[in-house]
Amino acid sequence: MADARSPDLPVCNISLSINGERQKFTLHPWTTLLDLLRGPLELSGTKKGCDHGQCGACTVLVDGERINSCLKLAVSLDGAGIITIEGLGSPNGLHPMQEAFVEHDAYQCGYCTPGQICSAVALVKEGHARSRAEIRELMSGNLCRCGAYTNIADAIEEVMDTQRIRPVKEAAE
Amino acid sequence: MRPFSFNRAETVKEAIAALAQNPDAKLLAGGTNLIDLMKYEVTHPGMIIDINRLPLKEITDLPDGALRIGALASNSAVAYDERVKARFPLLSSAILAGASPQLRNAATTGGNLLQRTRCYYFYDTAAPCNKRAPGSGCSAIGGVNRIHAILGANPACIAVHPSDMCVALAALDTVVEVEGPQGAREIAFLDFHRLAGDEPQRDNTLQTGEIITGLRLPPNPFGQNHTYLKIRDRLSYAFALVSVAAAIEIDKGRIIDLRVALGGVAHKPWRDTLAEREFADRAIGESTFREIAERLLIGAKGQGQNDFKISLARNAIIRALRQAAAGTPQDQTVKAIQ
Ligand SMILES: Cc1cc2nc3c(=O)[nH]c(=O)nc-3n(C[C@H](O)[C@H](O)[C@H](O)COP(=O)(O)OP(=O)(O)OC[C@H]3O[C@@H](n4cnc5c(N)ncnc54)[C@H](O)[C@@H]3O)c2cc1C
Ligand code: SF4
Ligand code: FES
Ligand code: FES
Repeated sequence: MADARSPDLPVCNISLSINGERQKFTLHPWTTLLDLLRGPLELSGTKKGCDHGQCGACTVLVDGERINSCLKLAVSLDGAGIITIEGLGSPNGLHPMQEAFVEHDAYQCGYCTPGQICSAVALVKEGHARSRAEIRELMSGNLCRCGAYTNIADAIEEVMDTQRIRPVKEAAE
Repeated sequence: MRPFSFNRAETVKEAIAALAQNPDAKLLAGGTNLIDLMKYEVTHPGMIIDINRLPLKEITDLPDGALRIGALASNSAVAYDERVKARFPLLSSAILAGASPQLRNAATTGGNLLQRTRCYYFYDTAAPCNKRAPGSGCSAIGGVNRIHAILGANPACIAVHPSDMCVALAALDTVVEVEGPQGAREIAFLDFHRLAGDEPQRDNTLQTGEIITGLRLPPNPFGQNHTYLKIRDRLSYAFALVSVAAAIEIDKGRIIDLRVALGGVAHKPWRDTLAEREFADRAIGESTFREIAERLLIGAKGQGQNDFKISLARNAIIRALRQAAAGTPQDQTVKAIQ
């Protein structure tokens, strides 16, 4: 793997499972998970929007939980399993949430989309959203400058419907 | 971010010892505030001590009916814990009113207490700020101060504590458990955070080398008579301009125990227990609620741009008391205020 270290500055050795593959890293401790993914790992699907926890573009799954990768030091995750948008599905085998986003045109520029999809996958698994209002509230950590919110909520609702995990059907707002 | 060395503590004792040996070190929990501040170089520790492996994640029942929450329990884990939802719904509600699901997954209980102010000048390393650089002055006084304090303000710093969770903890008479080089001790929640005084750089009364190990929530008699009402610039994923955690024990239409904690108005989660006690045995109703609001806001003072917060706080207190008395807590999904 590419090494982006500067000489004479502190480094740490860690191991992470990235999209199912266990890998070892030697890193400066100030490398965020986001910079590790987008830099040396060349997994540029995960986006950097604000770099300060304010937009959700960098959302990935760490041991199944959605977090903002821009505010996580990679070294603090030693041993963890990371799933990024690249690990959810492939062009020939899309994840149901990816499929639903395509079907519902749940994006315009697409910059927020990987974060939205990772977040939505976690939302379904968490099981706290039971209505459209709850989907909107529990997706509020993902901003979309293009304003594709209606279609994003539609896509998520459809996935939940097909998985029969949404007992309350509400009228769309 | 400036370079730092990284150290992982496996036990509380190790973390305390590492802190004692490295005055320039900071503890890393969820990182959602610390890493943010390090990116802006508002803080630049020479060493990070990762405490995520310490055995402080558990939420446990205590024999006296209290609930103990470990300092590393995530904000999500606490908010969705069945015991918290059943016995401390005010806490669950306040947590869910804050930040985003992603941030709540990473954020911890201890870190939430110690998150720093969102004052714009505190973040702007080019601006004078007594909290970041003691003695440099306060840019918010006479500057952009729309989000600043209206109660307990001080000529050195008019910043507010930004937490939602802490406002509920203040109302719930929480005890903070800490451990340091001198051993373990407990701090009453209202004594944990402090007013700016002449040391605005100090947000709380934690001593050097101490770490938070957990919180203890005593049982309470409020049932459904509580609410967390948060007023902000957008309906989600925004800090409070003003928030109210209210809980009332009621018997035959009269107040037995009244608790009203305010967020977004002071350097610490604000509670005036003397004022609360003046309303014991008063009849529940609009005129009492209005009087309570007026009483709690005696001495409130705006800084210009935040003058609106005084009437906002008054109205929010009245609404919150109405919700608490009716047993209809604010819904944190449907944000319509009843
Ligand atoms: C975009 C954004 C929006 C947000 N919105 C809200 C909101 O609406 N409402 C709200 O309440 N909060 C909000 N937050 C703040 C969030 O709740 C805090 O950042 C979080 O609770 C901090 O917890 P942490 O574990 O990540 O702390 P860290 O960042 O790891 O630590 C914070 C501080 O606490 C110290 N520390 C941590 N644990 C301990 C311990 N056990 N003992 C001693 N010291 C310790 C650290 O050294 C550090 O100084 C928001 C944050 C962001 C980035
Ligand atoms: S209000 Fe406090 S934090 Fe803000 S500029 Fe003044 S001293 Fe700094
Ligand atoms: S890039 Fe992480 S939240 Fe915006
Ligand atoms: S699709 Fe452009 S930001 Fe969401």
